[in-house]
Amino acid sequence: MKTDRIFRAVLYAGGAFVALLVLLAFLSLCHASWLSLKKFGIKFILSREWDPVNEKFGALPFIVGTFMTSIIALIISLPFSISIALLLGVYLREGFIKKVLTYATDLLAGIPSIIYGFWGLFFLVPLVRKLEMKLGVLPYGVGILTASIVLAIMIVPYTSSIAREVISMVPGDIIEAGFSLGATTREIIFGIILPYARSGIFAGILLAFGRAFGETMAVTMVIGNSNCMPKSIFCPANTMASVIANEFTEATKDIHLSSLIYIGLWLFLFTFAINLLGNLVIKKFRVEVKNE
Amino acid sequence: MGDKILKIENFYAGYGHTWVLRNINLEIPEKKLTAIMGPSGCGKSTLIRCINRIHELNPEAIYRGHIYLNGKDIYKMHPTIVRRKIGMVFQKPNPFPTMSVYENVIAGYILNGIKLKKEEKDKIVEDALKKAFLWNEVKDVLHRKGTFLSGGQQQRLCIARALAMKPEILLLDEPTSALDPKATSRIEELIVELKKTITIVMVTHNIAQAVRVSDYTAFIYLGELVEFGPTEKVFAAPERKETEEYLVGKFG
Repeated sequence: MKTDRIFRAVLYAGGAFVALLVLLAFLSLCHASWLSLKKFGIKFILSREWDPVNEKFGALPFIVGTFMTSIIALIISLPFSISIALLLGVYLREGFIKKVLTYATDLLAGIPSIIYGFWGLFFLVPLVRKLEMKLGVLPYGVGILTASIVLAIMIVPYTSSIAREVISMVPGDIIEAGFSLGATTREIIFGIILPYARSGIFAGILLAFGRAFGETMAVTMVIGNSNCMPKSIFCPANTMASVIANEFTEATKDIHLSSLIYIGLWLFLFTFAINLLGNLVIKKFRVEVKNE
Repeated sequence: MGDKILKIENFYAGYGHTWVLRNINLEIPEKKLTAIMGPSGCGKSTLIRCINRIHELNPEAIYRGHIYLNGKDIYKMHPTIVRRKIGMVFQKPNPFPTMSVYENVIAGYILNGIKLKKEEKDKIVEDALKKAFLWNEVKDVLHRKGTFLSGGQQQRLCIARALAMKPEILLLDEPTSALDPKATSRIEELIVELKKTITIVMVTHNIAQAVRVSDYTAFIYLGELVEFGPTEKVFAAPERKETEEYLVGKFG
C-alpha cells in the first residue's frame, strides 16, 4: 500500500513537472521578448516591415510565410498520405508489400531535416528554377514553393501513419455489413471507413500541420530568407522559425534579439491555438458509439 | 417441399489448406425458413457466408463447388450483385455508427450510389421499417444515430437495412445470440412473419429456437451435412445418431 502511494506520487510529480515546463517556457519567452513586446505590442504581428538597421520590427511577412508554406505542404502531401493510409489500412492488410511500404513511410519521418534541406538545395532548387524560367517568373529557385515541397515530403509519414492506424481500427463488422449490402471496396471506403475514421485522420493532418508549421532547418535552407511580404508562391520568403534561425547569430542589438524571441513567442501561441482548435474539431467529429 | 430457390452442389469451403466444409449438397425451399444447426466450429457460419460470397473476403478463404440461385451459378455472377440479391444479418447488431436510423435503412442504396428521389427513399425506409416491426418505435427519431437504439432495436434495424434492398433470400447468422430473451422473442415473431414473403436461411445454436421458427432443418457435423428435412421430422425422429446426440445435448 505504501509503495503504491509513493509510486503514484512519483507519477504525479513527473506529470506536474512537465506541465510546469510548458508554463516556464511560456514565461521565459515572455521575459526574453519583453523589450520588443513593450515597444511593438500586438502591432508586431500586423506590421509588414522588418528592418533591423532602422530598428523597425513587424512579423507579418513571416506569419504569412509560415501559413503559406504549411498549408501548401499539407495540400501537396494529403493525396499521397491518404492513399498510402488507405492502401495499407484497407487493401494490403498483411504481406510483404505492406511491410516494405510501412517501413519506408515511417523511415521518411526518421530522416534528419538537414538532409531534407540538402536534398532540397541541390535537387529541388534547380528543378524549381527550370519551372520558373518556363513560367517566366524570376528564377530564384528558392522560395515558398520549394520549401512547401520539401515540407510536404517530410510530413507524409505523420498523416499516413495515424490515418493508417485509425483506418485499420474501423470495426470489421460494419465493413462486412457494407459488403453484405453489395457495396464495393471503394464504396465502403467513402461510405463507411472515411466517415468513421475522419476525426482520427483529422488528428493526423493536424499533427502534420504542426510539424510543418515549426520545421526550421530544412525550410531555412530552401526558402530564400527574404524579409519581404511573399507576393506569390515563387517568392523567396521566411517563416517564423526560419527567420529566427537565420538571424539569431547576427542579432547584435537587444531589440533585434528581443524581436526574434517575440516571434518565437507568437510561434508558441499559434501552435497552441492550432492544437486547441484541432482538439475541438476532433471532438465534434468523433463518432459516438454507444456501448452495450 | 415446394420450389427450390437455392441449390448447393458438391460445395467445399475452408481457410488456408484446410477444408471446413466438405461436399455439401443442399436444396433450400422458397419462402420457407431453413435452420442450419450444429455444434460450434462445425462450419455452419462458413456455409451461409458462402451463400452471399462474404466468405471469400477473407484472404485465406478457399472454396469449390456450385451454388445456384434460381438456377444461376452465383460464383459466375459479380459478387456485389449476389450480395444485393441475398441479404445478411449478423450475430452482433452492426448498424453503421456514422449514419442515422433513416440512412442506415437506405444504406444499401447510398453505398451503391443508386440515386433515388426523396419520396422513393421515404417509401423504402418506411416499408422496410414496418416489415422489421420497428416503424412505430423509431418513426419520430429517424434522424438520430442508429447506434442509440437498444440492442434488439439495432438488430431489427439491421434486418430493415437488409430488407430495403428487396433481397430474394435473407441470411441470418445467429441473429439473437447477442440479445436478451425479450428482444429475442421480438425477433422470432418478426422472422415468423417475414418467412411468408421471403426465403430465410438461419444459423442458430438454439435448438428451441429452431423448433419455434423453422420449417426445415439442416444439421451439420464436422463439416458435413448429416441430416436435412422438415423440422418436425428431424427433431422427432432423427435418422442419424449424431443428430440425436446433439439434440439431447451430448455435445454442442
